[in-house]
Amino acid sequence: MNRYSPWKYSLILLLIGLGVLFALPNIYGKDPALQVSSSRSSEVSELTQFQVSNALEEAGITYKSIDLGIDNLVIRFNDEETQLKAQAVVKKSLGRSYVVALNLAPATPDWLTKFGAEPMFLGLDLRGGVHFLMQVDMEAAVSKAEDRYMSDLRSILRENKVRYKTITRNKAGGLLVRFKDDDERNKGETLIEDEFPDLDVLPYEEGSGESQLAATIKEQVVLDTRKLALQQNITTLRKRVNELGVAEPVIQQQGLSRVVVQLPGVQDTAKAKNILGATATLEFRMVDEDHAAQDAVDGRVPAGSKLYYQRGGQPILLEKQVMLTGDSIIDAASGIDGLSGQPNVTITLDGKGAKRMSHATRDNVGKRLAVVFIENKVEVVEVNGELVEKKETIEEVINAAVIREQLGKRFQITGLDSTQEARTLALLLRAGALAAPIYIIEERTVGPSLGQDNIDKGFNSVLIGFALVLVFMAVYYKVFGLVANVALALNLVLIVALLSLLQATLTLPGIAGIVLTVGMAVDANVLIFERIREEIRNGNSPQASIHAGYEKAFSTIADANITTLIAALVLFSFGTGPIKGFAVTLSLGILSSMFTAIMVTRGLVNLIYGGRRLEKLKI
Amino acid sequence: MEMQKTRFNIDFMSKRKIGLAISSLLIIMSIISISLEGLTFGIDFTGGTLIEVGYSESVDLDAIRTSLSNSEFKDAIIQYFGSASDVLIRIPPSEGLNTADISNKILGVLKEAGANAEMRRVEFVGPQVGEELKDDGGLAMIYALMGIFIYVALRFQRRFAVGAIAALVHDVLITLGIFSFTHFDFDLTVLAALLAVIGYSLNDTIVVFDRVRENFHKVREATSTEVFNVSLNQTLSRTLVTSLTTLLVLVALFIFGGEIIHSFATALIIGVLIGTYSSIFVASPVTLALGITKEDLMPVQKEGADLDTMP
Repeated sequence: MNRYSPWKYSLILLLIGLGVLFALPNIYGKDPALQVSSSRSSEVSELTQFQVSNALEEAGITYKSIDLGIDNLVIRFNDEETQLKAQAVVKKSLGRSYVVALNLAPATPDWLTKFGAEPMFLGLDLRGGVHFLMQVDMEAAVSKAEDRYMSDLRSILRENKVRYKTITRNKAGGLLVRFKDDDERNKGETLIEDEFPDLDVLPYEEGSGESQLAATIKEQVVLDTRKLALQQNITTLRKRVNELGVAEPVIQQQGLSRVVVQLPGVQDTAKAKNILGATATLEFRMVDEDHAAQDAVDGRVPAGSKLYYQRGGQPILLEKQVMLTGDSIIDAASGIDGLSGQPNVTITLDGKGAKRMSHATRDNVGKRLAVVFIENKVEVVEVNGELVEKKETIEEVINAAVIREQLGKRFQITGLDSTQEARTLALLLRAGALAAPIYIIEERTVGPSLGQDNIDKGFNSVLIGFALVLVFMAVYYKVFGLVANVALALNLVLIVALLSLLQATLTLPGIAGIVLTVGMAVDANVLIFERIREEIRNGNSPQASIHAGYEKAFSTIADANITTLIAALVLFSFGTGPIKGFAVTLSLGILSSMFTAIMVTRGLVNLIYGGRRLEKLKI
Repeated sequence: MEMQKTRFNIDFMSKRKIGLAISSLLIIMSIISISLEGLTFGIDFTGGTLIEVGYSESVDLDAIRTSLSNSEFKDAIIQYFGSASDVLIRIPPSEGLNTADISNKILGVLKEAGANAEMRRVEFVGPQVGEELKDDGGLAMIYALMGIFIYVALRFQRRFAVGAIAALVHDVLITLGIFSFTHFDFDLTVLAALLAVIGYSLNDTIVVFDRVRENFHKVREATSTEVFNVSLNQTLSRTLVTSLTTLLVLVALFIFGGEIIHSFATALIIGVLIGTYSSIFVASPVTLALGITKEDLMPVQKEGADLDTMP
């Protein structure tokens, strides 16, 4: 009686072995490292590796190892000082097309990595860093699309000599085109329907009784616009994060209009926020040279123009029509003009943008072209006693340069005051290519010292709680208590192994989940042992008591754990960030404790007591 | 009556009126406190900004208050966090403050005052996000209770499910009441703790119910009250031991886990204590009061059906 078949022992040993294997990487700690990845067209190859190792040797910097990954290069160092020195050297040698980020690379030995074993993935609250939740302003994206249609409609109607009076925004949504008479309206309707399959066109009767057409963007197209706006924002955010040089950033869509940005290990949070948070778009507009800006300041703004201010505060008149938006910009780089020695910025446009630029500048050589930088900020304002978020837009002309010739795919902006200004402009141009404004609606920043603090404290409380339970169990249940303790230790190893294997994010609440699991995992053993005691009290033999104890406690344990699992799963599906971490460790803990508390303890008890005559049980 | 010997022999069911009185009193007090005082929601739910600043040595809160009250952050609430060199600054969502800049500005003000301040943590939650988190939290609670009700109703019987849910609502209400009364911060982690309490308290209740069901099958001649009494006594030592081990680790978490985890540990400790009490004095009496009998369990559960779930 009370013997386990060999296959059961093999299964237990196999699972324990796997658990230890996958938990092992966590004891090796981390090396300060540099992570080189490509930011644009460049590629990380053996050539890059050669270049980096050469540069480091030349500078007399020693490194532990240099490894070429799928599309990154990881260089490990002995200490942080060397790491920082090396970053400057590598950055200089590789130039701007590579991202050189500081990182902590796991010091897992190669033979472990071959099994795919990695250490746990620590959450931002443990390693320090910034978490942003950003909201894409979808209404603005759609309204921008309408703006484009407005100017396209104007030109197509003009080109085909359809006489319209005005094109305005319809109060009911969409656009409203007013025609001279019904004839023109009918002509316009057919024309628009042919030329713009994305628009729904209907005669519009409301109001003055004039001949009007209502044009609205088709629902599917609106949905596509939104999707595109989100995608474009994510792409731009990636670029911006690259500017920051962060290793292992997370940029992820959440829901239909939100983006999560996580920047682990970022120390200078202010800078990160400035680059990510100063959410900006760019527009190119022609300067209105025919009217005096001063008149506009006095209140006489000419039709077709809009008053802007330059950085220094000087007023400037720009044409209302947008020539080009920032999303056409592929690249912008600062440099020094070979002839004049003046700082400049070279801009590269995509095909469509280049066409428009070339078309628009052909007749405007000698006139000035302005770059408008539009920054979006969110403020909280009280409206009727309720707090709402108000969006504020700051528009500023960052540069107005004379067009020297017809411009195309690549052109330069000169006349900048300093190389610093050129660099800032290039950065803004690169980062400014956002299709729709985006706002930070949630931020969680954890400083690096607090992160380490959290790890230490979390780790300590797990250890202390664990030790207390071990002592209690050993005293209260004697031999059986020791058996339960082995199972409990194994349970911890298995949870760590599962977390490492799944690469689930371990957060501080996650550690709390582990602590709670330690407390609750013994419950299964307590149930079994109390049952065994009861059986003995009822006069059953020790062997029969062990057997009955395990047998009878099983359904109770299963029921109790399944109900807890339900709560954990609900937590997982509704929780965000930190709560999810708690739910994950709690669920994993429940599952692994079922295995350790039932199978492993039974195996041990059978080994100790199985198959022999017992007079008494130490329980 | 034929039953196993038990270590304890307490007549819980005759004391159920006392339990009922205590529970009702606590629930009424909780409801009064929640409706009068409300909960001190953390910025997770209200929106706003929270900044934790670490100093190299102890600082005087009044000095910080003065320097901040001269700035644009007049509504800032300032308190120590764990030690006298750690300070927590809360700024309610307010008009005209650019949210993304607040933390930088505050740190600027503090540094200007000459202190050697280090930013340890910033949390900013927009009002809209706070509202969503509140809704999601409420929904999570309701769905958890529903899922549990369905499982218990299927696995046991409808009356057991009502008893279990009554105990859980009891636990949640009283824990909330205590949080309301003591003005402890109620944030996302406390919500997580509350859901964990639901799981824990249920665990306790299920163990008792399981024994009740077993005894209903085993014992021929006994009133329902007797069956409940014996079952509670049989599981009592397990209830106490498990509560004790769980409390051991929770106290370790409370003392050594750091300030950040404090309210989480507090909620769990309160919850475990109440949960242990409720599985004895709420779940069982309610199920009994609903008139559970041996026959109720017969069609659902055949003799030895427990073994079906064996591996």
